[in-house]
Amino acid sequence: MALEVMARAAAPIPLDVAFRVEPGELLALVGHSGSGKTTLLRTVAGLWRPERARVAVDGTIWIDTAAGIDRPTHRRRVGMVFQSYALFPHMTALRNVMAAMDRPDRAEAERLLDLVNLHGLADRKPAQLSGGQQQRVAVARALARRPQALLLDEPFSAVDRATREKLHAEIIALRRHLAMPVVLVTHDMNEAQLLADRMAVIEKGRVVREGTTADVMADPEALRAMGIREAAAMLPATIAEHLPDGLTRLDTATGPLFLPQVEGAVGTRVRVRIMAHEVILSRDRPEGLSAQNILAGRVTAIVPGRGPAVMVHVRVGEQDILARITRRAADRMALRPSEPVHAILKSMSVARDHVAPAPAGALRSA
Amino acid sequence: MDWTALWLSLRLAAWTVAILLPVSVVMGRFLAYRHFAGKGVVEALVMLPLVLPPTVFGFYMLVAFGRNSPVGAFWQEAFGHQLVFSFEGLVVASVIFNLPFAIQPAQRGFEAIAVEVREAARCCGMSPLASLWRVELPLAWPGLMTAMVLTFAHTLGEFGIVLMVGGSIPGETKTIAIAIYDRVQAFDDRGAAIMSATLVAISLFTIAITFWLSARVGRRLS
Repeated sequence: MALEVMARAAAPIPLDVAFRVEPGELLALVGHSGSGKTTLLRTVAGLWRPERARVAVDGTIWIDTAAGIDRPTHRRRVGMVFQSYALFPHMTALRNVMAAMDRPDRAEAERLLDLVNLHGLADRKPAQLSGGQQQRVAVARALARRPQALLLDEPFSAVDRATREKLHAEIIALRRHLAMPVVLVTHDMNEAQLLADRMAVIEKGRVVREGTTADVMADPEALRAMGIREAAAMLPATIAEHLPDGLTRLDTATGPLFLPQVEGAVGTRVRVRIMAHEVILSRDRPEGLSAQNILAGRVTAIVPGRGPAVMVHVRVGEQDILARITRRAADRMALRPSEPVHAILKSMSVARDHVAPAPAGALRSA
Repeated sequence: MDWTALWLSLRLAAWTVAILLPVSVVMGRFLAYRHFAGKGVVEALVMLPLVLPPTVFGFYMLVAFGRNSPVGAFWQEAFGHQLVFSFEGLVVASVIFNLPFAIQPAQRGFEAIAVEVREAARCCGMSPLASLWRVELPLAWPGLMTAMVLTFAHTLGEFGIVLMVGGSIPGETKTIAIAIYDRVQAFDDRGAAIMSATLVAISLFTIAITFWLSARVGRRLS
């Protein structure tokens, strides 16, 4: 059953939001700090009580101000992962996980620690663990609660970039164990795009756009709050070959993609985040370019924005990639929907952390 | 050596600690977590015994708990003797006088717990009482320990208030501090020296125990 959330408040920050998350679905609430996204998460957990709110999950009402219902946090079956880890410093990793269980079960706690790749570290205190390891314990602890809803509050923003990449991959791998609705609060659009099925852009306490991650990340209006330069699409690819010059060749639906060293064995399915402003379009297959990656596709849509640019959707295989080019260029090329076009991408324009494992199991592609 | 006086002092200190431990947990936690209008006033009131001259404090205790006060009259009615100039009266005065020594360190102890850690306890399904027992008390323990040691040591040494509120009745209100004063007044330097040395030994022992315990807690957290 789904998680349904409605919250309205005038202070301390104005809030007027309603959203719904299906079981097994990951919704990212994105927005700048002060937009109200963390307050929303705290409302779901019962750590904050807005003037008017209704939160229901699995048919259980956690709060309904209109009906005078307000379950305290400890009676809501909620898993929360905090930005600051918030582990109990006097307990070992294992004890931290067991602390969230109604009936402490050592074997189950060890299984959860294994699930987040912390095998052998069960007896360490939080102070003896790195930031990434602490956050893994926090995830295991949140799952130990057997939550009806899992809430992640900027969970990876306190760790370094390399650790964050690993944690992203682990969360993607963990997804097939997560049958409950998951809400992720983040200001990192890359993180949201890698992890989320759906996104809601929050601005000044309101949802300015909600939809599938692919749709939101392609919508110039939705992205105005977070920066139009975040516009990007996820292109599925398979690792084909690690080349001696440090590049990795990936196979996509319409041709090879050469990227700087991508981690993973040959045959691994990945998704590549391709930034719209990095893509060049050409009607003919260009010759003599330094750019290595030329993907043949077909124009599916040309979406004008407010400025001098347009967003061109190019179908590559079964996915659209995005190219943000000037209206002038689109006019000069006389681009029309359904016409063939070539998308050109510099290898060096794809950042390391813009390549993520493909979601495992029977999950909707994001 | 006045063993009666020493035993009385130890009993007084033990009672004061026993009563102030729960008080400091409740009050220290309240002041650490809650923000309310007038919090500064409450904190200042708690600190007042620290700055008031003991004689002034003692005088007001006599006014508040003396035979003519409602509390004093009730006590006389219920127990057949005065509250002031009795061991019980001394305990009451000692508890109030030690409020800053007990509540302040306890409050600091609870303040040192990150708010997310307390929220995490709730999210883990712990009721407020379970959270207090399993998370907050173990973490605030160094502060509470300091509070109790300060209270104990301070009670052993208090002089002015004990004299004002208790008089100097052997076996009832004559504490070791007053006994030492008596010995000095009687030119019994040897007696005063023995008792003083005993007090020093007890104080050192208490401090040593505290250091040992807080080192253990420190190891537990790192």
